[in-house]
Order: sequence, then structure tokens, then C-alpha cells
Amino acid sequence: MSLDHTAEARRQIEICNACRYCEGYCAVFPAMTREKAFSDGDLTHLANLCHNCRGCYYACQYTEPHEFALNLPAALAEVRVESWERLIRPQSFARLFQRHGVAMTGLLVAMLAAFFWLLAALKPTSGEGFYAYLAHGTMVTIFVPAFVLPLALIAAALRRYWVEVDGGRVTWAHLRRALQDAAQLRNLSGGQGQGCNFEEGDRYSDRRRMAHHLMMYGFLLCFASTSSGTIMHYAFGWEAPYPLLSVPKLLGVPGGLMMVVGTVYLVWLKLKADPALGAPRVWGGEMAFVLLLGAVAATGLLLYAATGTGLQAPLLAIHLATVMTLFLLMPFSKMVHGFFRLAALVVEAKKSQKAPQGEMA
Amino acid sequence: MKDWPETFDIAIVGGGNAALCAAITAAEAGATVLILEAAPLPYRGGNSRHTRNFRCMHRGPLSVLIDSYEEEEYFHDLMLVTKGKTDEGLARMVIRASEACLPWMEAHGVRFQPSLSGTLSLGRTNAFFLGGGKALVNAYFNTATDLGVKVAYEAEVRHVHREADRITHLEVTVAGQPVTVRAKAFVLASGGFQADLDWLARAWGPSARNFLIRGTPYNRGVVLRDMLDQGAESVGDPTQCHAVAIDGRAPKFDGGIVTRLDCVPFSIVVNRDGERFHDEGEDVWPKRYAIWGRLVAAQPDQVGFSIIDSKAIDLFMPSVFPPIKADTIEGLASLMGLDPATLRRTVDGFNAACQPGTFHPTELDGLRTKGLNIPKTNWARPIDTAPFYGYQLRPGVTFTYLGLKVDDRARVHGTDGPIQNLWAAGEIMAGSILGQGYLAGFGMTIGTVFGRIAGKEAAAHVA
Repeated sequence: MSLDHTAEARRQIEICNACRYCEGYCAVFPAMTREKAFSDGDLTHLANLCHNCRGCYYACQYTEPHEFALNLPAALAEVRVESWERLIRPQSFARLFQRHGVAMTGLLVAMLAAFFWLLAALKPTSGEGFYAYLAHGTMVTIFVPAFVLPLALIAAALRRYWVEVDGGRVTWAHLRRALQDAAQLRNLSGGQGQGCNFEEGDRYSDRRRMAHHLMMYGFLLCFASTSSGTIMHYAFGWEAPYPLLSVPKLLGVPGGLMMVVGTVYLVWLKLKADPALGAPRVWGGEMAFVLLLGAVAATGLLLYAATGTGLQAPLLAIHLATVMTLFLLMPFSKMVHGFFRLAALVVEAKKSQKAPQGEMA
Repeated sequence: MKDWPETFDIAIVGGGNAALCAAITAAEAGATVLILEAAPLPYRGGNSRHTRNFRCMHRGPLSVLIDSYEEEEYFHDLMLVTKGKTDEGLARMVIRASEACLPWMEAHGVRFQPSLSGTLSLGRTNAFFLGGGKALVNAYFNTATDLGVKVAYEAEVRHVHREADRITHLEVTVAGQPVTVRAKAFVLASGGFQADLDWLARAWGPSARNFLIRGTPYNRGVVLRDMLDQGAESVGDPTQCHAVAIDGRAPKFDGGIVTRLDCVPFSIVVNRDGERFHDEGEDVWPKRYAIWGRLVAAQPDQVGFSIIDSKAIDLFMPSVFPPIKADTIEGLASLMGLDPATLRRTVDGFNAACQPGTFHPTELDGLRTKGLNIPKTNWARPIDTAPFYGYQLRPGVTFTYLGLKVDDRARVHGTDGPIQNLWAAGEIMAGSILGQGYLAGFGMTIGTVFGRIAGKEAAAHVA
């Protein structure tokens, strides 16, 4: 745990806790008022609860050049990224890929080489659609462990997180509340639906929430598409390729389009936003992650569009390489924010429930 | 001296709430407006950036305000704090106008929220700004900019040039360069003089140099002084300022809300010599924190020390700086620069005078000392449970009372009647209504009401 970032976040939080003007923006400030002294676990919790909407920064009387030099969104972003780098094992992988877009690109290039080789080396003798290029059994053999093992690493990290923030036992009600908050991105609403202070300085805008919704729901649709394909394959023996009017395509095509639009939107917002209000050292890694998601969706759509053409084989290799990179990097990229954020929302649903806020003298 | 390249209908001196309300109102009426803000952009907004609420009359539930808060009650509250030092006509006008201000504020970008934790007692009377005063200032600057209002930062107005009953131009230093700003009408909304320590020292005495200034360092009263020198009518006691007891380790300027300390009612407060000097338990803290500014200011070196034990440490809002902490009273005294034997004697004397009874931190519990020259009349519990904690207290100046006298149209008056094209709003004229004391959120009410009047009148003048 970096003393610098944790100590700096604690210093800032203690000033915030004596002020409380920002109470209405998000869940972080009401959570803060439960404490008078902040343990490292408290700071990890607050940092993962923070959605980096930046409302508190622009409303703050104590930002630089004031000697208190508050920049809470940045301080919490540093602690947040650091908590992922610390809790995910191996830590060196997390540090490498969280920070460096180049590392992610390098992995992608390696995966491209691997899949072009695989498609050449393991071309099946029969099969339809893209199974003509890589057998279903081969795909399953490769992708199932590449999906399950990273998830296991994340699960282990969440266990450590739960201990660190003293998560305790949760109920369905806590989980439901957290899922509602996540589904609406309530903590990016600015407290009243006016949105963040992300890409237009001190003016509120709901664009970031919209862009994130496109990406998140697009991703979930694509995930549902793949899942439905798996079910159809194993439960009903209906194998790909699927026509446009089938469950996998009806979910996947809009999902992919939403992800592509979401990518462009998020990249544009990120280019306009002030990097000093986030964790600048992971800017490159974050940007690369957004682009990777866009690449997964775009190549998936192109692959579908190229059905029956000569481009199908190379596009399949490219698409599978992006998906493989995304899977492998789930624990080590910005992708983990979704897991940790949801965990923080569950913990907060629990902690806020048992701490009534009375008037203090 | 160079002229400002553009000519505006209205030049507004200041960049806080009152200035912005005037600018928006005038621009909406069709006037071209220039705001001259002395501070650089990050510090724009004067003392408004430190505020957090607005006291508002309402005859029924209004936005975030519950129940009702009618004119008579509001005026009664004002009379209590000012002890009658108010202009009843102007005060009632402000109170009545406040009701229409709230929807106007919302329509111009200000967002309100339910009362903050720790301030629930104000939920009926005061509407809190989401994010506080700086968020309000940001919203108004955005609204003003969208209306075409121009803003010059680091623009210090040095002189308001008057010829007979008209103002002709302003002499301004913009980022160090002297510039003449000409306009048809002028609004002065440049605040009080509390950041000018020399002026405070002349008014209060040399001890004022030990005061901390809670708000902006840019309210130096240059324009106020200039107008008074030119015979503008003044109002408010020139020797008085509003001060509260704050954390003695606060920055000299701009410490704002976080330097507040709420520990006094649960403590004993001693001076540099280790002696108590006032009843710490006189009333609930919001009603007493203002008098403690004066009490501490009257002590040697303008410093006080609030001492509590571990029973009391969680009874008040957290402080921005951690308390001094020690396992013994003597140890605490040494850390705070007090004589250990004297503090021990004071604490022992106090502890012996405490009576049994039931302690209620949130209400006047009548738990009082017996036999002390200076009693503590509520919340008097022995200070006997280690660890012991101490906070240094110093007077923190909030605002000054001396200002320009205005009429109900916000006009500034010279010796022979109103100046034809000059209006004033905000802290620079608040003494016209608030002659003494303070009512939470009332400064923003005066600024909003008079800012809008000044903007409307100035725009009508140039139309």
C-alpha cells in the first residue's frame, strides 16, 4: 500500500469531512460522514465508491492555489487504481497493464500472431460458418480456460477486498440496491440527474453517463448473445452460424453497435476531460482498454458482415485475438473497475443502512 | 492610461453573488455588461464561494424548503440578532423579495439540496446550494457568459471617478496594467474591507493583526474607501466586524467553513494564562459561536484553548486539524504552551464544581457548575477521562459592517442626494440592513435581492 497516496487521500478526506458541502453529489460524502478517523480499508472503500464524476472538485473552495490543495477525484483515483494493483495477483501484471496501453497493444499483437497461426495450423476439414476455419471444440478448449481463470483471479481479489473494507455479510436487499445504483449509474448523476463535470469543466453534462450506458449495456447484450449461442449449441443442438432473426444476432448486433458508438463517445470525452482529475499514470492503460472494447465489437460486426467472403478467415483471427486479449486482461485492466465498483456499492448499501445520520451538535 | 477596448453599458465591480445577480439581470434586460473581478479565476466569487445557503421566506413548501417561514418570523429572527440595528423598511423588502429569488436562482443554474448533515435545524429556513457557494458562483458565471457578459479577472478597481452626480469611469489595474473603464452605469458589489488588516487594526486596535480572516483575501475595501473619501453616505459601525471563534491553526485567509470548531459547549475554555473567562455552556453552539470570536479577541494574545476529555470527542463535527492529545492534563498543557500547574488547578476547580445529573448533548440540559465565579450553565461534566484533547481558538473575521448606505432602489447617495448612475449590492451595502450580529444565510439573501435590483435599475438607466 503506497503510503503517499493513502496518506494524501486521508489528508484530503479529513478536510472534506469537516466541510461536507458536497454531500449531495454522490454516495462518497454521506459514507465519509460515518467516520471521524479513516482506516486504510475505509479509504479503499471510498475510493472504489467514487465514480470520478468530479462534481466535488469544481465545487471545492480548497482546490489549488489554496494551501489545502484538494483534488479529491484525483486522490481517490490513485487509491482506487492502487487497490486494484495490490489486490489482484500477480501484482506485476496488474501494474503493467493498468498503466501501459503499449503493453496491452503488445499482447494484442501476440494474440493476432497466435490466432493467424492457429487458423492456419488447425484448419478443420469440415464445419460451417466460422467453424469452417476453427473447430468448435478447439475454440471451447482455448476460450473456456481463458475466461474462467481470469474470473477466478478476480474472485480471489474480491475476497481480499471484502476483508480489507470489512464488507461482512450481505443480503439480497443490499445486492439489489447495488445493482440498481450500477444500472442507473446513480453516482454519475450529479445527485440530481444533471450529470458530471467531466468534459466541460464546471458545467454539468450527462454525456459520460450516456456513453458509459452505451458501452456497458452494449457489452452486456454481446455477453448475452454469446451466452445464448452457447445455450442453443449445447441445449438445443442448434449450431452457429445463426441468421439475423435469431436470439444471438438480435442481441449481438445492437450490442456491438452500441459498444462501437460508446467507444467513440468515451474516447472523445476522455480526450476533452482534464487528466489531472483522474490518475494520470493510468491514462494510457484506460484509453487502450476503451479502444480494445471497441475493437472487440467492431471486429465482431465486421466478421458478421463478411460472412461468406474471403475476408472471413482473417477477420475471424483478428476478432478472436481481441476477445482473447480482453479475457486475459480482465483482472489486469480497467475491466476490473466493474467488479470492484459493484462490490463497493454492495458494501455501501450495507454500511449506509445501519448508520443513521443524526444531527451533530 | 489606456482605455478598455470595448465600451459597455454597465461595469460591475466585484465577482461574487451580488455582482453576478446584477450582471445576469442587466444582461437579460438587454444591456452589455463587464464584470471586473479582482481575484484570479480560481479565487473568483468573493466570499460567496465560502457560503452554502440562502435564507428564504416562503408561505408554503418551496423547492427544498419545508413548511413555511413567513415575513414576521423572519423579521423577528433578524431583530433578535441585530438587537434592532436594522432599517425595518429595507429589511422587510429583502425578506419579502427573497421568496421570488429562490425560483429565479433555480432558473439561472443554482441547484438546491436538502439540509446538510449537522445543519438539520435550518431545513425550514435556509435552502442549501448543492456543492456549496462555489458551485453557485460557477453556475452564475456560466449563465452570465452565455448571456454575453464579459469577465475580466485580476481586475482591481482603484478609483471610481465621479463628476457631480454621475460616475464617468473607473480606474482599474488589470493584471498589473492600468486601464480606464468607461460605461454608462456602474454597480459596486466589491464586498467589505475585512481582508485589509491595516484598516482592521485602525478600527479595532493592533490586536486585530492576530485575527484570522475566514474569507477571501481580495475584499480589501479599496472601492468602499474610495467612495467614502468622495463623500458617499455610509452606514454601519466602522469599528465593528463579525468574528467567530475558529481553529487557531487555520490559514490567515480563506480557511472557510472547515476551520469551524464545535467543541466549546462540551469543553472548558481557558486563556493564555490558563484561566476560564466565560460560560461555555450558555446556549447551543450555533447561537453562541459568534460571541466567542469577540470573547477570544479580548483575551491576551487573542487566543483561547478549548479543553475536553475523551467522553466528549465524538459529540461534535470533526475538525480539519486533529486535536492536541495527551494522557494527562499537565501533558496537554505543555503541548499547548500553557502552564501545567495552572491548567491542572483550573480543571480541578471546575471538576469539583460539577454536579450530578443527566447529560444531554443536543439540548440545554441544565447540568451546571456550583460555586464558580464563572459558571458553566449547561453540559458541565468533569474533565477526567484520558486521553485529553485541546484545540487552540482564535477570532476569525467573517465580515465588516461599515458600508455604503443605499435606498430601496440600491442607489448610492452622496451628500446631496443619489448618484445618478451608481448602484451598490452585497456586502458593500449589507450594513444598511444588518447593523449587528448575523443570521445564517442572510448575506446571500441581501446580495441576491439587491444584486437583482441593481441590475434592473442600471439596465433601465442605460436603456
